[in-house]
Amino acid sequence: MGKSSRKVPGLNASSTADISFILLIFFLVTTSMDTDTGLPRRLPEWDPNALEEEVQIRERNIMTVYVNSNNEILCRKEIIDISQLKDLAKEFIANPEDKMNMPAKEEYEIPGFGTVYTTVKHVISLQTDVATQYAVYFKVQDELTKAYNELRAEWAQRQFHKRWEDCSADQKLYARGMYPSKISEAEPKEYGQNR
Amino acid sequence: MSKFRSNGKREMPELNTSSLPDLIFTVLFFFMCVTSMREIDPIVDVTTPVGTQLEKLENKSLVSYIYIGQPIDKYRTQFGSGTRIQLNDKFADVTAIHDYVAQKRESMHEYDIPFMKVSLKIDENTKMGIVTEVKQALRKAWALNIVYSGNPATK
Repeated sequence: MGKSSRKVPGLNASSTADISFILLIFFLVTTSMDTDTGLPRRLPEWDPNALEEEVQIRERNIMTVYVNSNNEILCRKEIIDISQLKDLAKEFIANPEDKMNMPAKEEYEIPGFGTVYTTVKHVISLQTDVATQYAVYFKVQDELTKAYNELRAEWAQRQFHKRWEDCSADQKLYARGMYPSKISEAEPKEYGQNR
Repeated sequence: MSKFRSNGKREMPELNTSSLPDLIFTVLFFFMCVTSMREIDPIVDVTTPVGTQLEKLENKSLVSYIYIGQPIDKYRTQFGSGTRIQLNDKFADVTAIHDYVAQKRESMHEYDIPFMKVSLKIDENTKMGIVTEVKQALRKAWALNIVYSGNPATK
């Protein structure tokens, strides 16, 4: 027999770092970490038969927000500034003083929480013209969302004595049940003009 | 001679770099996990409006995108500067949305289909006319969960 103890030479691993660096840089370049953010909405279901019948809603329960082709905002037929919209919407949704021209309150059961007395049947009807600028429409949507979010946060504060961020998932769900988002987007009146 | 003085030359000990590859591999794996290859190149100019109440879109695999805006400079001569809809990599018509949604739905798992979302990336200067048309088309295609994509306000 020859020499019994032959050593296996150690593998030179000094370039592993370089190789993995190259891979790392490749993934660094191709990665796109941009998270998409936006305002989620649910469109009403398409029902060709229902197009003809107008849904009957009592006038006090509906707040019409119309953005015309000059990008002016009309809330209940009066021109308002975008900065006023949130407070108007909040007053409309909550109706704190039980006004007659604001939505009627009804008893409503939030599953898991109990019965509350709230404006379940209110509707905010958002209408636009074909020539309305999308940015204004988006801003209006944003302000209305803000109105809902603030009302829910205030209600959660009164009920659970917690800030919105500290509320549990269930409590947030109850707040959403208290003030459910009811933004309706009316059927368009004209099609395909003035692109 | 003081006993503290060292004798002769002192050598800097060599830094042990044997764990460097492991370290870099860890970072590499992180990027491999979070990476999502950009699927489409936008061919329309889209600057989404700024909003304050935006929510994050979870689960990107459930989201399909519709871009609406003016063609980018490269395509201006060919397609003009009118507002166009982009589906996948091409300019498309409102009527193509139905097929687009159907095709996206096809490629999803059955149990994911009810949670399908359509993110509308619409340029802020777009007129509502075309937006409404797209929305009607989405309703007809039964893609009811939509997201108006926006930019978070930077403070």
